[in-house]
Amino acid sequence: MSEQQNIQLPEGSIERQTTTLNLGPTHPATHGVFQNILEMDGERIVSTVSTVGYIHRAFEKIAERRPYYQITPLTDRLNYCSAPINNLGWHLTVEKLLGIQVPKRVDYLRIIIMELARITDHLICNGVMGVDTGAFTGFLYLMKYRELVYEIYEEICGSRLTTNIGRVGGFERNFTPAAFEKLHRFLEEYPKALKEFETLMTRNRIFMERTQGVGGISAERAMSYGFTGPNLRAAGVDYDVRVAHPYCSYEEFEFSVPVGSTGDCYDRFMVRNAEMWESLSIIRQVLEKLKNEPADVYHADVPAYYLPDKSDVYTKMEALIYHFKIVMGESDILPGELYHAVEGANGELGFYLISDGGRSPYRLHFRRPCFIYYQAYPELVKGAMLSDAIICLSSLNLIAGELDA
Amino acid sequence: MSLTNEHIKQRLADKFGDQVSGFEESFGVLSFIAPKELNLKVMQFLFDDEELRFRFLTDLTAVHYPDRSGEELAVVYHLYNFQDRVRLRFKVYTATAAPQVFTATALYESANWMERETYDFFGVDFVGHPNLKRILNVDEMTYFPMRKEFPLEDPLRVDKDDEMFGR
Repeated sequence: MSEQQNIQLPEGSIERQTTTLNLGPTHPATHGVFQNILEMDGERIVSTVSTVGYIHRAFEKIAERRPYYQITPLTDRLNYCSAPINNLGWHLTVEKLLGIQVPKRVDYLRIIIMELARITDHLICNGVMGVDTGAFTGFLYLMKYRELVYEIYEEICGSRLTTNIGRVGGFERNFTPAAFEKLHRFLEEYPKALKEFETLMTRNRIFMERTQGVGGISAERAMSYGFTGPNLRAAGVDYDVRVAHPYCSYEEFEFSVPVGSTGDCYDRFMVRNAEMWESLSIIRQVLEKLKNEPADVYHADVPAYYLPDKSDVYTKMEALIYHFKIVMGESDILPGELYHAVEGANGELGFYLISDGGRSPYRLHFRRPCFIYYQAYPELVKGAMLSDAIICLSSLNLIAGELDA
Repeated sequence: MSLTNEHIKQRLADKFGDQVSGFEESFGVLSFIAPKELNLKVMQFLFDDEELRFRFLTDLTAVHYPDRSGEELAVVYHLYNFQDRVRLRFKVYTATAAPQVFTATALYESANWMERETYDFFGVDFVGHPNLKRILNVDEMTYFPMRKEFPLEDPLRVDKDDEMFGR
């Protein structure tokens, strides 16, 4: 029997040896098709390479061939957790280009929808953060209230997830009394649930240990990485598009912009929670103001751009003509170039639009917040534990649909 | 003191003379053009200047104008000033035959992926970029799909033979 051969390792290699670990694509704890190639030293992350996956759907290219109306369904597939914000953001951009002034009531109704969308987006994100730290309860508990909001959407536009809500100039139809009833029910029930969710999570020892001091980023780095929305505010920068560049009459409402200090996962969670309270408060103020507005106004009087009611299209020649003209993109569009931004649920959602006067945009670019700050991920998780990689990812509120455009 | 577009324009003209041009204000945002060799100098000036402080790169993309020979590609930067809440649009033009533009990654971390995306779709070659490769399309692609020479079929095109459709 020959002498047993021991494997010869180079000097000091036990300390230096690293392992390559693929986190994703389609890992249950990553969102969408992200691939993060982690270089691990034991359980500590040395470096990361991120790939967003080839899920390109060519929205910007398709938009160059579509009349303005038909671009709306492209936008709500970006951040599908808060689709109405994308829809209305696009409509606001087109209105700005065309110089359409909408009645106050339309602005207010839009704010209701956008704030509801913000709440659903945040509750999913915060719920999922709970799931990623091992607490499934909060997620299941809050999911019920997203359902309530979806019922409100359904009442207004007929669909739930990819809503296609609203039109250039206003809404397709007036909000029904049932929609307001559901809204009141939501406003009554949700605060209790949110309070309970907060009690469950915010002072939870395990949750705090898992999130505090994890994935922190300084205000300076966050700005350099192009962070916006709750992620930037968690780092201590008081920037909110609703305040900095008000749209939809946001300037008429009182709300505070919650900011964090350390920019870690816990701060991001807390900022989102606080924002949900602010959104609820905004909706209440809007409902108060709506009482002074005429109840039958829900769109601007711009027949050349606002799609007529379907029942009119089927019965009146004039409405049919307008409908065709708009759908076929034969209305006059002014040449122009603009960038319009709205405060999406996870950051500044921008639309850079160049019109050459043609039926479709010459160039349309979406500024998707997720795409821009996912590149900070390697820096956030450097030196952290493997389990922190998961919580960092969910705390950024990444939506895979928003990575490509 | 809030920063006015007029003042920004003045400061830029003082610093770069007639090398910056094409000033226009559309929908309240000042827009201007600089030669592509100067893009980093202009951005550095806008970044460092204590008055201007454009320290946030909101957006970076490109536009293809096939008819402008010698300057077919426009790289568009949207810069932002957090203190005065002012937006600025800044463009550099380059030719498709020589699409080299200096990278802004040294100034803004966020430029990294935005430049990769712009390279992926328009073929702008960002000189000095740490990792200039495709990001949303497969690596084997040899063309740049957002350029205008790859049009989609227009679903509403007017060149169809009307007789065939009974019109």
